Amino acid sequence: MHLAAEHFVRSPQWTWYILFYFFFAGLAGGSYVVSTLLRLAGDVRDEPAARLGFYISLVATAICPILLTADLGVSWARFWHMLVDVTPGDTGLNFKSGSPMSVGVWALLLFGFFVGISALDTWARDRGGRSEGLLGAIIGRAFNLVGAIFGLFIASYTGVLLSVSNQPVWSDTWMLGGLFLASGLSGSAALIGLLTRYRPEAAFSLGRLHEADAYFSILELVLLVAFFITVSAAGTAGRTLPLLPLWLLALVGIGSSLVAGRGHMRVRPAGSSAVIARAGTDTLIVSLLVLLGVLALRAAVIFSAQ
Amino acid sequence: MATTIKPGESYGFFTDTSICIGCKACEVACKEWNQLQGNSPKFLADSYDNTGQLDAQNWRHVKFIDNVPEQTVDAGNGTAWLMMSDVCKHCKHASCMEVCPTGAIIRTEFDTVFIQQDVCNGCRNCVAACPYSVIAMNETTGTAHKCTLCYDRLQGGLEPACAKACPTQSIQFGPLADLQKKADVRLAALHSQGSTQAQLYGRDDTVYGGLNAFFLLMDKPETYGLPNAANAGLPSRNDVGGYLAAFVTAVVGVVAGIVAFRRRGES
Repeated sequence: MHLAAEHFVRSPQWTWYILFYFFFAGLAGGSYVVSTLLRLAGDVRDEPAARLGFYISLVATAICPILLTADLGVSWARFWHMLVDVTPGDTGLNFKSGSPMSVGVWALLLFGFFVGISALDTWARDRGGRSEGLLGAIIGRAFNLVGAIFGLFIASYTGVLLSVSNQPVWSDTWMLGGLFLASGLSGSAALIGLLTRYRPEAAFSLGRLHEADAYFSILELVLLVAFFITVSAAGTAGRTLPLLPLWLLALVGIGSSLVAGRGHMRVRPAGSSAVIARAGTDTLIVSLLVLLGVLALRAAVIFSAQ
Repeated sequence: MATTIKPGESYGFFTDTSICIGCKACEVACKEWNQLQGNSPKFLADSYDNTGQLDAQNWRHVKFIDNVPEQTVDAGNGTAWLMMSDVCKHCKHASCMEVCPTGAIIRTEFDTVFIQQDVCNGCRNCVAACPYSVIAMNETTGTAHKCTLCYDRLQGGLEPACAKACPTQSIQFGPLADLQKKADVRLAALHSQGSTQAQLYGRDDTVYGGLNAFFLLMDKPETYGLPNAANAGLPSRNDVGGYLAAFVTAVVGVVAGIVAFRRRGES
């Protein structure tokens, strides 16, 4: 890995729109992945929570293109230039594998298709009583699986996009894609857990969501340490220091996940009963702290370079 | 002698900083030809520089670098104040082109790097990528701007305005191969005169595959705010590694999710 010690680059002024895009992209991709895992690996009683996640993914995904378009400012009407090359005499579809922004736009478009169909499928299950959904059991699961792969990409590519630049901090590490993914998964598990308050039959999954959130947070913590090691080796860790409150908020989010998941991470023998409790005030507080941490982490990374 | 400009050949600038006098004729000529209004002058309180940097309104910028030694050791040797007319380097391996998602940034028939204003959508990915802080956003047009190496003038058989205006020939324009030969001769002359610190920057392929706008410097590149060869990395250096780390995280995350959600026979 090449570590750049000196940077003479200008800040791209990617600020609030991009920060919130990264936040919602993490939740959109993460929620789809968590829901798919709940549906494919979980108990039949996890289905209500899985459905919550698919709805969350729909809302978060719908917000993403709005934020990206708004970020273009007065050129907002040219958003489609990301997809179509309008160079005179050389028009055609635009896809550059070496540009994470180009790959990401296409991935977001395709992911939107999976999210839309999955939300429709979920709505049909909820309203129509079709337990196997619109696509049937086998095709539906395969569809979710492919959608989850796109979800993993959407939740992570934003970090890779930052790294594939010449900005200090961002380009001094390979960890951002993984870090954003782990954080997005954690935030998604916390958000689904939070919204089980409004879907009582989803309460069965609350403990499992806390457990998953804790695992994702451990992963996030490991990647955060790796991030600081790599930027320290590059000599740019000093740029992260003025944002100490944001890093601490991110750590509080990780810590909250670990505290909430503590009681659920013990290995239980098969057949033992699990405590099923509805989401209470503690879940509310933990989930909000985790989500705040997800946002703070992205803000800290984005503003470290700018 | 006027250069005959032919499409299909590589053209560029050789900027010899050892003879730059900081007159800023290049800045003025650039603004005049390209109809750049310029920013309001700023009093920077450290030199005659009042533009400060390359940006959407300054496609040429004369840097004034205070290099006055603590104690005078000789007659100055032309290095007490370093002056350098900075510009887009028109890199062979251009970071901006590499990341541009719209195809707005192209290499022209003159082997220069050009941003098509009608294609650019202002995503600013090129700004994040350019290692020389050259590209900047024009808030009025909402697009990225930089030196075009006077693409319109080249199409008309004219040399770029800055090179035309430079009174000391610090900025020379021409076919790249010719400029490289001139640079080699000039460097040898300076070395023979004892200016051993003189060096060419971007003449060979050690920096971004070579620069079409390359320089003769009187100090190390970092002094001029230029990344040295060790630091001149393309954004794509992190492409595979970044995705790989994300992939490993995805695998571990999915396994963690399966462990958390697996059927355990709870009743």
